[in-house]
Amino acid sequence: MFTRHESLKSSYDVVIIGAGGHGLAAAYYLARDHGIRNVAVLEKGYLGGGNTGRNTTIIRSNYLTPEGVQFYDESVRLWQDLSTDFDLNLFYSTRGHFTLAHTDAAMRTMRWRAEVNKHFGVRSEAVDAAFVKRALPMIDMECGGHAPILGALYHEPGAIARHDAVAWGYGRGADRRGVEIHQQTEVTGIRVAGGRVTGVETTRGAIATSRVLCAVAGYTPRILDMLDLHTPIYIHPLQAMVSEPVKPWLDPIIVSGSLHVYVSQTARGELVMGASLDPYELHQTRSTLDFAEGLAAHMLDLFPFLSEVKVNRQWAGLSDMTPDFAPIMGTTPVEGFFLDAGWGTWGFKATPVCGKTMSHTVATGRNHPLIEGFTMDRFAEYRLTGEKGAASVGH
Amino acid sequence: MKILVCPLNGPRPVSEFAYGGEVRRMPDPDACSDAEWSAYVFNRSGSPGVKFEWWCHIASGFWFIVERDTARDLVVATHPAEAARARAGVVVGRVAEAAAGGAVTGGSTP
Repeated sequence: MFTRHESLKSSYDVVIIGAGGHGLAAAYYLARDHGIRNVAVLEKGYLGGGNTGRNTTIIRSNYLTPEGVQFYDESVRLWQDLSTDFDLNLFYSTRGHFTLAHTDAAMRTMRWRAEVNKHFGVRSEAVDAAFVKRALPMIDMECGGHAPILGALYHEPGAIARHDAVAWGYGRGADRRGVEIHQQTEVTGIRVAGGRVTGVETTRGAIATSRVLCAVAGYTPRILDMLDLHTPIYIHPLQAMVSEPVKPWLDPIIVSGSLHVYVSQTARGELVMGASLDPYELHQTRSTLDFAEGLAAHMLDLFPFLSEVKVNRQWAGLSDMTPDFAPIMGTTPVEGFFLDAGWGTWGFKATPVCGKTMSHTVATGRNHPLIEGFTMDRFAEYRLTGEKGAASVGH
Repeated sequence: MKILVCPLNGPRPVSEFAYGGEVRRMPDPDACSDAEWSAYVFNRSGSPGVKFEWWCHIASGFWFIVERDTARDLVVATHPAEAARARAGVVVGRVAEAAAGGAVTGGSTP
């Protein structure tokens, strides 16, 4: 599926650190839309082995801030044509997405989000309890009696996709256009002279380049340390788990902020489930029983009939969190060093639009208009983008 | 890390504790620049390493300091906040900034 390159060239027009969905998407659009093909994507592990292959594959654009809604909506539009673009089936499946509200305060937020969404042409509606029950006859509307469902935010375009295929599709598309993907190649240093990037040091030798894009999620602070750049990014693990396959019964995607659950059923019948971030900083992808117990208990609040269903697998990824739950993207104080980070728990759905906007930013040296709300300097100016539509985080 | 040794309550399950973030030195708000202040408010040391962190035993409301390796999820030691202050002169590593400032806690709140 990919060309194997025995050695690194001595120089590239652009070096992308991280062969996850974001890095490969940027490589793909650089080659396809900007004609920049002398590009190396360096990956210290294997292609798509980080958060691209660890997320719960939910795609939606029902965010809260105008910046977020427009950005993710563009992403949803791009998603819908990707299988054709790649000639590779991503199993993109539009399911509809319910964000359940268990309190009056949550209902108010759902109405707010629905209005912001509709203003920007995104299909979202605040719906009542009867609508939820009609769509999900198997749900316990009382949630065991302690968190009755009052209504929901219903987002019709909500979808899931096969996450590994996203990395493969972008990777193959980039590879066919001349981009080199080097796995098992770790970046150990970034060379800077006079405030400009001049090269990258790797475990397989040094490379000269004037442009570097960093798309490494949970490893971002380690790369930024090489440049003495400081950001608010902090790392917590985010765990998820998947059940044994069962007969199809759950068509939409269900999210409950109050119960810390999001769940969808894959084409194979497994339930893919996630909850909230681990409660403290950690740079490890270990699993905990605390997490599995807590998530299972909340799943049973919603769907008591699942009590005999077994959990097949549990895993974790490293989330690069920001204080306003919005990403940090674009140019940096080091000329030629571009950042695509701060993707915390919300990065998968943004893969296509991140590739589009970052390739534009790298090609032109100027931030794409869609990412202007996400720049690194917003913190120093106290100009945060409070994105409280993010999942897996308490608000 | 499943058990945390609280300096007041002894070994307790980690679920009884709340994480309060890294111990950081607060710059003097009247003397520092806007850039220094925003860096203090927002920026964090995101890379793994042995860090000094605020933790709280929720049931007793007791705040103390945990010296923890965030790469390996191992607790090196736990300290009452007062003892950690006294140790400030010999603190190394991730709280070098705090040590340079002469106080581990420096009045910062998590």
